[in-house]
Amino acid sequence: MEENRLYTIIVHSENFSGILNQVAAVFTRLQVNIESLNVSASSMKDVHKFTITCNTSAKNIDKILKQINKKLDVINASCYTDDEIFQSEIAMFKISTDEFQNWEDTSRLLRGYNTHIVEITPDYLVVELAGSSEAINSLYRELDEINCVRQFVRSGRVAVTASTLEPVSSLLSRRDKRYCSRRNP
Amino acid sequence: MDTENNTLVSGSEALLRALIREGTDTVFGYPGGAIMPVYDALMDHMDEIEHILVRHEQAATHAAEGYARASGKPGVCLVTGGPGATNTLTGIADAMLDSTPIIVIAGQIAAAMIGTDAFQEVDFTCVTQPICKWSYQINSPDEISSVVARAFFVARSGRPGPVVLSITKDAQVGMTRYVPERVSYIRSYDHDPEIDITRIREAAAAINAAKRPFVLAGHGIELGGAQEEFRMFVEKGGLPFGCTLMGLSVLPSSHPLNKGMLGMHGNLCNNIKTNECDVLIAVGMRFDDRVTGDVSTYARQAKVIHLDIDPAEIGKNVRADIPVLGDCRKSLSMLTERLVKTDRSAWTESFRKYQDEEYDRVISKELYPGEGPLNMGEVVNAVSEATGHKAILVTDVGQNQMMAARYFRFTERLSIITSGGMGTMGFAVPAGIGACYARPDRTVCVFMGDGGLQMTMEEFGTIMEHRIPVKMILLNNNYLGNVRQWQQLFYDRRYSFTHLANPDFQILASAYSIPSRRVTCREDLEDAVSEMLASDGPFFLEACVAEEGNVMPMVPPGRSIDEMMMEC
Repeated sequence: MEENRLYTIIVHSENFSGILNQVAAVFTRLQVNIESLNVSASSMKDVHKFTITCNTSAKNIDKILKQINKKLDVINASCYTDDEIFQSEIAMFKISTDEFQNWEDTSRLLRGYNTHIVEITPDYLVVELAGSSEAINSLYRELDEINCVRQFVRSGRVAVTASTLEPVSSLLSRRDKRYCSRRNP
Repeated sequence: MDTENNTLVSGSEALLRALIREGTDTVFGYPGGAIMPVYDALMDHMDEIEHILVRHEQAATHAAEGYARASGKPGVCLVTGGPGATNTLTGIADAMLDSTPIIVIAGQIAAAMIGTDAFQEVDFTCVTQPICKWSYQINSPDEISSVVARAFFVARSGRPGPVVLSITKDAQVGMTRYVPERVSYIRSYDHDPEIDITRIREAAAAINAAKRPFVLAGHGIELGGAQEEFRMFVEKGGLPFGCTLMGLSVLPSSHPLNKGMLGMHGNLCNNIKTNECDVLIAVGMRFDDRVTGDVSTYARQAKVIHLDIDPAEIGKNVRADIPVLGDCRKSLSMLTERLVKTDRSAWTESFRKYQDEEYDRVISKELYPGEGPLNMGEVVNAVSEATGHKAILVTDVGQNQMMAARYFRFTERLSIITSGGMGTMGFAVPAGIGACYARPDRTVCVFMGDGGLQMTMEEFGTIMEHRIPVKMILLNNNYLGNVRQWQQLFYDRRYSFTHLANPDFQILASAYSIPSRRVTCREDLEDAVSEMLASDGPFFLEACVAEEGNVMPMVPPGRSIDEMMMEC
């Protein structure tokens, strides 16, 4: 059995309805679970960007990329391992204050993770942490030990690549130029 | 035209004008509630569009496939929503796997009703997305012109495939100004990838240095209209080639470099030589498992050059040492230019030994058995001979398909129409109907088994109504023969539900006024085939063949391609 690892897939697509469905169907076909998914507008008008993470084999990731790239309205899709990207997530913790034995320690813990306090009430506080998946996991574990986490939510991963890649805008303009010159030789 | 730009027309009218503008002259369809406005508008265009009323929507898609494969133009079908639409799914998936350009236009309920589980509501766009090249729902009549133009461009460009358009009632009845549009480029879709000249140079050098090159010819050559470029390529290099099932008519069967079919029931020499060659050049084919057998032992010794227009195919099943992405019509010319004319007759001659072996052990027995019941192969051979090998061959799926592929011969391009990827039983009769409309100038011979025929037998009605001159040859062995063969060979002869109690097919044909003849002995065969070919309308020829005839040679499933069983 080939070993699974965590891949981050970045997809650029047109902003038409139904594309998320088509991209997700590629994972369903191969029975690969999506670990996290973030979809948003990109820096280019009418181009949407998907950041998807999944645990799978190198063989499957190759199939997944080829099948996503094959979708008509997908501009491009590529994948990265963690050492090839800078990644971040955001998490929100709703923490009950009752369990705090020692406010000093808790305060130190939250400061240590560079959290941002969103709201404080006599009963709870809401804390936000933006950072790597590992930092969020680690803070969750520490707070969970105190048994004070009342609600927890985290976003999908977003990432930028470490390598110098051709930006989608230049890929598109190069393609535009190539096809237009064929039409008007 | 000014009138076109300024006059308001219904969406249905705009749809028909857009279809006509894209060159549509034939539509296969079946009306129903959600597509009635389009059918109503169709009555005003009957001089430009011939509508063939099929008897089941699945048949409309296969007919459109047959039309597309015989003509090279997209086939069009028109159906209603709900069950009419879902009945087309098999044909859409079939067209996807066989890269066949068809446009399926399905009615959809009014937009305001969508999402309410209204009568005959199916989310057809969602259902079809995974099995077609592009699926889209038209909600407004103003979109029709541009969406239809896009649909045709998508269906026929790049690696062709099926496109599905679901059109809501609102879009059909709403008014719009029809402005003709043309699409020749979609920015997210690289339909004609740039050919990497470095790869061409590498490939040419590898072929020039090769002592034992072997070429695999696929359907992509026909789809790319590259038959002539392919001929120049193999002739200049002195390159022997084998064809995939879908690529059998790329060059005439009699071409000295054409060594026949590849794969599970292909010709022995090709499968042996695949594992002996030093350079394997795959052109417009996708290394289907029926071609490769056990992929871990497939052509391990060879340097593999893979020419394909679809990047998803390159390296998918077999590693490509030299991938050449792009339209093979262009890449083949670029390669041929760089080839050194080479005499490889000794290598090409080395195929002979295996051809002779196959002839002695399999072919001669199949074609000239001397006594006993009719063999499938000899019926195919008789029909092919009688047509001067000029006919279009349409097959169903199973033993009839493999026998037809093995023993039918070709002199013209675009002459094999079969369900290769999906293996859709019931494909043949409707696909034959489509082929007849695409090429009224050619004879269309449809081979089928008794199982497949009964899956789309309702199309006898379509054939009767339109007097479609399709020549149907039933190879009747009263079995689902291919499954029975596997049960015999790999399941200890346990014939689980493969025997068929069949009706009298001649009576059925006569109920539809289709002339027919039944042949049970070889003395009658030639005369029956002549009668069939001499008839000017449809004809149904039932050949009662050996019940337990087997298709040989055969690569047993999961085995290496060069381990062919020659008899059982």
